[in-house]
Amino acid sequence: MELQKLLYELKKREEFDIKVNAKPAIKLPAGLNKKLVYEISKAKGEPDWMTQHRLRSFEIFEKWHDPTWGVDRSELELSKIVPYIKPDAKKTNTWDEVPEEIKQAFEKLGIPEAERKYLAGVGAQFDSEMVYKNIKEELKKLGVIFTDIETAVREYPDLLREYFMKLVPPTDNRYAALHGALWSGGTFLYVPKGVKVPLPLQSYFLFGNPGGGQFEHTVIIADEGSEVTYIEGCTAPKYDIVNLHIGTVEVYVKRGARLKYLTMQNWSKNMFNLEIKRAIAEEDAVMTWVSGSFGSYKTMVYPATILKGDNSVSENVSISFAGPGQHIDTGSKVIHIGRNTRSTVDARSISIGGGWSFYRGLLKITESAKGSKATVSCTGLMIDNKSKSDTVPIIEVHNSDSDVGHEAKIGRIKDEQIFYLMSRGLSELEAKSLIVKGFIQPVVQELPFEYAIELNRLVEMEVESSIG
Amino acid sequence: MILKVENLKAKIVGEEKLILKGVELEIAEGEAHVIMGPNGSGKSTLANVIMGNPKYEVVDGDIRFLGESILNLRTDERAQRGIMLTFQNPYEIEGVKFDQLLLTAYRKLHGEDKTFFQLHSELKSIVSEIGLPVEFLERFVNLGFSGGERKKGEIVQARFLKPKLLILDEIDSGLDVDALRLVANQINEIKRAGTSLLVITHYSRILNFLDVDRVHVYIDGRIALSGDKNLAYKVEADGYSIAR
Repeated sequence: MELQKLLYELKKREEFDIKVNAKPAIKLPAGLNKKLVYEISKAKGEPDWMTQHRLRSFEIFEKWHDPTWGVDRSELELSKIVPYIKPDAKKTNTWDEVPEEIKQAFEKLGIPEAERKYLAGVGAQFDSEMVYKNIKEELKKLGVIFTDIETAVREYPDLLREYFMKLVPPTDNRYAALHGALWSGGTFLYVPKGVKVPLPLQSYFLFGNPGGGQFEHTVIIADEGSEVTYIEGCTAPKYDIVNLHIGTVEVYVKRGARLKYLTMQNWSKNMFNLEIKRAIAEEDAVMTWVSGSFGSYKTMVYPATILKGDNSVSENVSISFAGPGQHIDTGSKVIHIGRNTRSTVDARSISIGGGWSFYRGLLKITESAKGSKATVSCTGLMIDNKSKSDTVPIIEVHNSDSDVGHEAKIGRIKDEQIFYLMSRGLSELEAKSLIVKGFIQPVVQELPFEYAIELNRLVEMEVESSIG
Repeated sequence: MILKVENLKAKIVGEEKLILKGVELEIAEGEAHVIMGPNGSGKSTLANVIMGNPKYEVVDGDIRFLGESILNLRTDERAQRGIMLTFQNPYEIEGVKFDQLLLTAYRKLHGEDKTFFQLHSELKSIVSEIGLPVEFLERFVNLGFSGGERKKGEIVQARFLKPKLLILDEIDSGLDVDALRLVANQINEIKRAGTSLLVITHYSRILNFLDVDRVHVYIDGRIALSGDKNLAYKVEADGYSIAR
């Protein structure tokens, strides 16, 4: 690489490499044991039911075996992860009250500016807890609740208890159990009946400590006939030891409601990112997952929708980007239960510079889901010969009255395509970058304009640093 | 002289057999030359080698563009000097809109000399002139285009990007007579605007509509005969055997 280009590259990297020197208020020691779980609960001043929930989850965790599939987790030593780091900041709804170092980091990420320009509300989590949460006054008046789980435990205990870890119970899998024991921070969003939130709400997760773990929990309830778009963004500076993120998301889309959940995951390349995302859609509801997985060392995430109600719809659009050293194991899960339910999956992955993308999907149409319609399309694009791409789509159909379409394709950028674009004056790098941008266009078009620009920039950066 | 090809010999990288076996060709600025030849004679290879397709390797001879050898230039550098090739089968670029590609390419070739708005309205008028709907600009490059749309799309690109030398590789194949006339008129328009042309074809059909300065008959890796438009009609009447 030429020196000038290298410097340019470093400069751009810097913008994303945000290190924060903020001293935490509480930092519990590494190591996993019951006492530690209890201390987290105590530090948060939780009611007994939540303390019991944590302890029970921990017991389940201890009994569960590790899944035998997915990414290689041998480098992940759970006993070395620092599970709870409380920032020295109280949760506030004005940026001025956020400690300077933390505020600056979020400013670098453009969060306060985005809030002013095109968001209906913003949450910002640093390490284990939310430091900022704000929603437009009009929406508050309409009864929209947008807060963190800790606040929901205190202020909306009945509502929260009805939904918290009901869709993803601690018994679901080993990491769900661990999450149930260690969860901290995250989002609680409730949109009342018939309320249509005109602009997206966003939560941003920033990680500031080497060796730490982030276990935020998200519960979203879109009540009957409501509409909302929620954006989840995450990033962290790179450290030379492993960090762990086990976020869990539970989404309840009630009758006739529409919910769109956007994720822009850009964790640093030392992060084990093991997420659980699940939605349940009732009659006539529409659930849309839009996911971009760019960062992390190893990722496992398979956003799932259960189409419980008749005529409910699930859309799942995703793009995974596996660069040098990364193993991005992503996918989707759709379970049709109601009649005339519809689902589409458009999963795309890019492998570059030796990266490995793995698509894993389940589409299940149960006996009761008569007249259902589903299509699954997964496409892998490999930019060079060093990279890997796999797809394992599983389709189960248990009735004879449904219509299922499936397409899987793994390809490379063709030399002829590059020659064609170069004959129009583009350099090889620009040609490849344009082809990649075209490939992820279905995801980009789902994003708000500003995020689309950001995503394109991210792709340019990734392609450049991997090929250039 | 805009293009001077001297004793050009070339082959596919990794193979032994020569495809171009000593091509000689001179095109003066503003002229339109036609190369005719039977299928499989290596006409498209000549176009690709002039554009610098890395699939081919030049083993002897030279290509001079405006007096300078371009053999060591990459394809994009040749494009930036002012050479453009329209493809016989242009490639699909999924997710990239036609106008997005063209505006990106224009900036690369001509810099910031016009505003986005000027460029876009220019594009719209070119597209309408060739009989395509304006929505054509919003479609993904060549994806789901009919044969005729692909060829017209290539012509739209050529008109918009304004190369100094335009090489048209079988732009006429697969076009019906009305489309052919339309495309030929556009090519004449491009010539009038000052672009030199190298038209590669194996039918003389398009010559009925084209303003042509010179015709070359190309057989087995060489130019075998050169003349005016009448040569093309002679080939049509008597076959390529007249040149053998």
